[in-house]
Amino acid sequence: MDEIASLSYETAYEQLEALVAKLESGDLSLEDSVALYERGQRLSAHCQTLLEDAELKTRMVDDDGESGQA
Amino acid sequence: MQSFSVAEITQYIHELFAADAALADVLVRGEISNLTVARSGHWYFTIKDATAQLRCVMFRGAARSVRIAVSAGDEILAQGRVSVYEARGEYQLYVNQIELAGGVGDLHRQFEALKAKLDAEGLFDPARKRPIPAFPRRIGIVTSPAAAAWQDMQNVLRRRFPLVELILSPTLVQGTEAPPQVVAALNKLNRRSDIDVIIIARGGGSLEDLWCFNDESVARAAAASSVPVISGIGHEIDFTIVDFVADLRAPTPSAAAELATPNKDDLLLDLDRLRTGMAARIESDLLDRARDLIRLRNALGFVSPLRKTRQAQRRIGELRGRLERATRARMARLGERLASASKAMESANPQQILSRGYALLRDESGALIRRAAQVSKNQRLNVQLAEDEIRVRVED
Repeated sequence: MDEIASLSYETAYEQLEALVAKLESGDLSLEDSVALYERGQRLSAHCQTLLEDAELKTRMVDDDGESGQA
Repeated sequence: MQSFSVAEITQYIHELFAADAALADVLVRGEISNLTVARSGHWYFTIKDATAQLRCVMFRGAARSVRIAVSAGDEILAQGRVSVYEARGEYQLYVNQIELAGGVGDLHRQFEALKAKLDAEGLFDPARKRPIPAFPRRIGIVTSPAAAAWQDMQNVLRRRFPLVELILSPTLVQGTEAPPQVVAALNKLNRRSDIDVIIIARGGGSLEDLWCFNDESVARAAAASSVPVISGIGHEIDFTIVDFVADLRAPTPSAAAELATPNKDDLLLDLDRLRTGMAARIESDLLDRARDLIRLRNALGFVSPLRKTRQAQRRIGELRGRLERATRARMARLGERLASASKAMESANPQQILSRGYALLRDESGALIRRAAQVSKNQRLNVQLAEDEIRVRVED
């Protein structure tokens, strides 16, 4: 399973920013740049889906189980 | 021992009171009783508590400005100066203002007092304020489930950053039972380890409605929170002690929800920006590499064998040219030498010498006679002239 799919938004976003910075540093071989570029596309797609598909969850402070409507 | 008159001793006491600055402006809290208004319009009353009482007078001017309805048994706060009424040998409070204890004035006073106290302890120090996490996963919310604030916050977050999970820690947000519940709600959230930020919120209300957030125990619980606290209490203008203690103060509950989270639309824009940035970067990268390739190929062409042969051909051409020029030059020089030699020959040409009257002597074998010794008498010789020959004989 692609490890990106399990990343939290914050981690995925941080990796994406670092990756773009690396791409912009410019001292990469062609293969590395293209590979980074592809990973960047997948990371940004993952972030996009996280944002667009998310449903607000609410829980009570004492309730340790799954989310119950408050 | 020297004696004093009553007047002298009373005056002395009066001056003692006057000299004491503390008595010049005091605020006295007590229960008001036997309030009488004289024809002069002056008010006379006493204020007392369990163990003492104090006579008060409020002159007409001050009494007219009293806005509140005061009746016997009310707990009031009287502000004025303490002095001696010599004629009756009594000290009393000359009152400028009175207000009901527990009234707005009093609450403000308690608020300022607590604020000053906690400020002195450094609880409001900006250095204590912690940053709010950029991408919170779980937000603890201390509010009343029945209040509109809770609904408002959910609506804001559903639109703004639905990735987050809200953990509601319910409490009363008004009345005397509220403070301990707010403290308990805060502590429940702090006991969990998965909360990124806490919002303490309640909708708008009067000073009395919001009063529980001016409670010292609530303020201390918020200050002691292990997780950054955002306060969203009342409206823009309402400031409670919790607002000063919180890591971040929001003017309203909805504003608190916004300050706690990034905006989904901004994040989507950000993603686009990063994507186009990447694409632009790759494109320019490929372009640079293509240009490098062309430059390399040109450079390569410069040293390529093809070019070398062309260069060789050019060189050959050059050489041939030089060769031709050189040979022509040599030929020309030879020609010149030839000419000069032939001229020289011409001038040394026997024919020409002969034509100048010289003659060649040869014996019959054709050998040239250069010296007389070569010949003997009567020898027959040939004499070659310019155009013809004659035969001669040697006499001696």
